[in-house]
Amino acid sequence: MSAGGIRPSQPFPDAARETLQDAQMRRNLRHATTTIREKRLQAVAELPYWEDLRTQGAAIKDVVLDNLAEHLLTLEASVKRLGGHVHWAQNAEEAQRLVADLVAAHGVSEVIKVKSISTDEIELNAALEARGIHATETDLAELIVQLAEDRPSHILVPAIHKNRAEIRELFRRKLGAQLLTDDPKVLAEAARVYLREKFLATKVAISGANFAIADTGTVCIVESEGNGRMCLTLPEVLISVMGIEKVLPTWPDIAPFMQLLPRSSTAERMNPYTSFWSGVTPGDGPQEFHLILLDNGRTDVLADAVGRETLRCIRCSACLNVCPVYERTGGHAYGSVYPGPIGAILTPQLLQLDDANANSLPWASSLCGACYDACPVKINIPEILIYLRGQITPHKTPNVESIAMKTAAWIFNESYRFEGAIKLARTGQGPLVQHGAVRALPGMLGGWTSSRNLPPFPPQSFRELWRKEEQREQ
Amino acid sequence: MKIDLFITCLNDALFPQTGLAMARLLRRLGHTVRFNEAQTCCGQMHFNTGYQAEALPLIRKFVQDFQDAEVIVAPSGSCVAFVRDLYPKAAEWAGDEALLAQVRELGKRTFELSEFLVNVLGIEDVGASYPHRVTYHPTCHAARLLRVGDAPLRLLRNVRGLSLVELPASDQCCGFGGTFSVKNPETSTAMLADKVQNVMGTRAEVCTAGDNSCLMHIGGGLSRLQSGTGVVHLAEILASVESGNTDVLDTARVSAEGLV
Ligand code: SF4
Repeated sequence: MSAGGIRPSQPFPDAARETLQDAQMRRNLRHATTTIREKRLQAVAELPYWEDLRTQGAAIKDVVLDNLAEHLLTLEASVKRLGGHVHWAQNAEEAQRLVADLVAAHGVSEVIKVKSISTDEIELNAALEARGIHATETDLAELIVQLAEDRPSHILVPAIHKNRAEIRELFRRKLGAQLLTDDPKVLAEAARVYLREKFLATKVAISGANFAIADTGTVCIVESEGNGRMCLTLPEVLISVMGIEKVLPTWPDIAPFMQLLPRSSTAERMNPYTSFWSGVTPGDGPQEFHLILLDNGRTDVLADAVGRETLRCIRCSACLNVCPVYERTGGHAYGSVYPGPIGAILTPQLLQLDDANANSLPWASSLCGACYDACPVKINIPEILIYLRGQITPHKTPNVESIAMKTAAWIFNESYRFEGAIKLARTGQGPLVQHGAVRALPGMLGGWTSSRNLPPFPPQSFRELWRKEEQREQ
Repeated sequence: MKIDLFITCLNDALFPQTGLAMARLLRRLGHTVRFNEAQTCCGQMHFNTGYQAEALPLIRKFVQDFQDAEVIVAPSGSCVAFVRDLYPKAAEWAGDEALLAQVRELGKRTFELSEFLVNVLGIEDVGASYPHRVTYHPTCHAARLLRVGDAPLRLLRNVRGLSLVELPASDQCCGFGGTFSVKNPETSTAMLADKVQNVMGTRAEVCTAGDNSCLMHIGGGLSRLQSGTGVVHLAEILASVESGNTDVLDTARVSAEGLV
């Protein structure tokens, strides 16, 4: 079951506590993210105009978002003109039903899929299974995750948390492949043999979309393995599920993204396979094409003047690879198909800031800012994290933290109160100080002292020392 | 130049020697320094944790406390970044146009110590002496929001007797992140563990940075492991001179020992 949805089953700190225990996963993740981080820096450094490209990418996306409805209507008209069908899905259930009905109408019980995070978002595989339709993932990493009955932990490298030995064992068990080594080539060949048969025998394919161009009605998929190309050309029927923010106004608008996306995601100058298709062409490729435009909370994100920047995202995953929190906790801790920094802002917003578990995600960041530097469309993730924290906090029921914060604000409002509080803390800290350091704090501050000492309050504050110093000067 | 010290609440309460070192250093360089005792906290902790309604009065208070300052200098990249970068956002999100204009103007006059010395005053050698093996941790907010670049390193390279050793993976966050370290203690600790390993690997006597919040975190981890490496704020190193100023060396020792 690779389709995981976007509703976390527990708050981030609890989920992270579990995933942090997995030392093997942490090693795998560290290795993968460090490698890709370095490669990305090199790939980006090759383009002296990288910063301009980022600005351009962000600007195009903003133009789209400012007039989203209009661009979508143009896209719909173009796709229809070229013989395709367009459907609008307001939420996950509607999208699931649309896809399942289309598949059922062709009387098949098997479909193949190209890696598509939007179908994971709507938990399509499970919904199809419930209607007796089995979906096979054809992206190698997605296939691994599916066979392992696991969830993806990265948007680009869903099996990033697994190593080769684990994969070899999985293929042996699930595909009956007798593999002599865990050489990546051998592993890939085993998957290829299994998938080739699926490609040739399956009538209906389901894909996502990286971009769709409104004025030409062209849909685009960018991938590295060629499985996408197979899915997009061999079957008779193609159903593509696309988040509404993926539309671009005109054909030339895609140019900067063809540079931004591969360099940011796989650190390649160009990705191996880019497929474009416009409606249907008699005698060539699928003869029936359906485009499903998925909202699922996006218009609410769009309505928020600060949060809407989130919808610029092109799902390159650069922010995940540079994130120190993601590197330690892994994708599963985020409890959504959108992990890492982008997940921390996108997931709670897609759920209208209404899901208590998802609402813990904006705090899953040290605000170090590495994601903002890496993002090819300049989404100011740290700023949106802070903004969302400010949207969520006032609606929480009062607790120890909120009382402490309100008291602290009251103290900071007058310098005499602040000075008094320091003096009070100094006298009150007595029992907590051992050998010159605070080693164990009570209550919610205990997390700090579980691994760190704290300096005690010194005998004098700055303002007290300053007064003495000034007297000495005079 | 007339300089207003922005000490920050954390330094005022827990690291007074840092503020004192900064004041002495700026005086030594021939400037007039002033400390407006009305100041308390810039509001960063509240704003960044989600208490934006509580942060706004603190932001307004900061504007008032520093309204007639010529320049404002602080020993904290994080608090300066907050004033310069997020005060305008706070004003925007609150829809307060008047405040927005005020904070935009204020931000231009507010500097972190190392960028003030190198970029504003054009000084790279402050005449300091500090005969120790030192490694430098660039804090995230100074590096990514303020873009102080190599200003702190330039200053450190000119300190007599100081041997600067490079910190591996220095650009990685130490895991402090303000209330992040309390709300996600396990994740924060996992990040800290790597930072502490890297610091210890340098065999430096002292790890320095431009922010006592990050140093408190790193120093707290170092001291828990009884590593023998202390943490000292950059301002204290820059304020140290060969003779006569034992205070600063003392405070350096205090901040290292106080944590052990
Ligand atoms: S937020 Fe930016 S960096 Fe992260 S996946 Fe989206 S486009 Fe890439």
